[in-house]
Amino acid sequence: MSDAPRHVAAEEAAPEPLQTPHERFRAGVRAGVPFAIAGGLLSLSFGVLARHIGMPELAIIVMSLIVFAGSAQFAAIAIIGAGGSLGAAVVAAALMNSRFLAMGIALAPSLPGGPLRRAAQGQAVVDSSWAMALRKDGSFDRHFLFGSTAVQYVSWALGTLAGVLAGNLLGDVNRFGVDAIYPAFFLALLIGEARNRWAVGVALIGGAIALVLTPLTPPGIPILAASVAALAGLRRRGPR
Amino acid sequence: MSSAWALVGGCAVVTAMIKGAGPLALGGRRLPAWFISIIAFLAPALLAALVATHALASGRHLAIGANTVGVLAGGVVMWRTRSVAWCVIAAAALTALLRALG
Repeated sequence: MSDAPRHVAAEEAAPEPLQTPHERFRAGVRAGVPFAIAGGLLSLSFGVLARHIGMPELAIIVMSLIVFAGSAQFAAIAIIGAGGSLGAAVVAAALMNSRFLAMGIALAPSLPGGPLRRAAQGQAVVDSSWAMALRKDGSFDRHFLFGSTAVQYVSWALGTLAGVLAGNLLGDVNRFGVDAIYPAFFLALLIGEARNRWAVGVALIGGAIALVLTPLTPPGIPILAASVAALAGLRRRGPR
Repeated sequence: MSSAWALVGGCAVVTAMIKGAGPLALGGRRLPAWFISIIAFLAPALLAALVATHALASGRHLAIGANTVGVLAGGVVMWRTRSVAWCVIAAAALTALLRALG
């Protein structure tokens, strides 16, 4: 389950067109399992934090079910917890999610059907699934994406439920290093991505842009702005 | 907290709109090669930004802490083992250990 799942999906399974959509969905589920485990722990900490700021249990669980975007959910409750306004919290969530705009644009040509059907399929984008479903030629394996997201959706919901129920027992979950899970999760994906000097260079530039902007702009903007580093693609064809 | 449901609804709507916008507007057409090349580099750029803003900053302040060390260790584990699960476990365990000691 744990070994560079994308490359199992995208490279070793070379005769991919011969695989049925069902097989690719299942490959996505398998690849998504480690991320689902990490995501479950993360959503557990979300449930605990949201209880601490006084959100009703049911609202917390529904939020994970219908928002299903970790960084946005954390950003929104952090602002409410600090006494910020509802509008500011929703704007922060939107900014944290702005990277999904770029990911959605990349994914769009790989989705069949009319505009509404494509927009519905686009809801399946989460960072890890998106990165793993990207093929060498720049297209996406959408069934793999759906499978990887499906298993992460289930664990996200269950983790939130556990956090809401157990929150008062656990206290400060950062004692358990829970706040290291989220960045470690993305670092694991990044190491899978960084396959040549160009990709490493783009990652370093992207990280530097984000760090420089972090004290200067609202949360979320530094991450979106880091996508400028991808303009390196104009000089060289793709990181793979 | 009477505004909790408005928060949930607001976040759900903006998230769905952002995720749906690209596929809604751009599907069904072939994109030029230069565009695909940029997209291929989007993943390392965005992932590095996510790592940096969570491991090297706390909110809007640059900060190095136990979690920074834990995430670095997780990176080494990922590099050596190619296991996402062990990477995440190592990062959380070392962070927790450092906090327990410190």
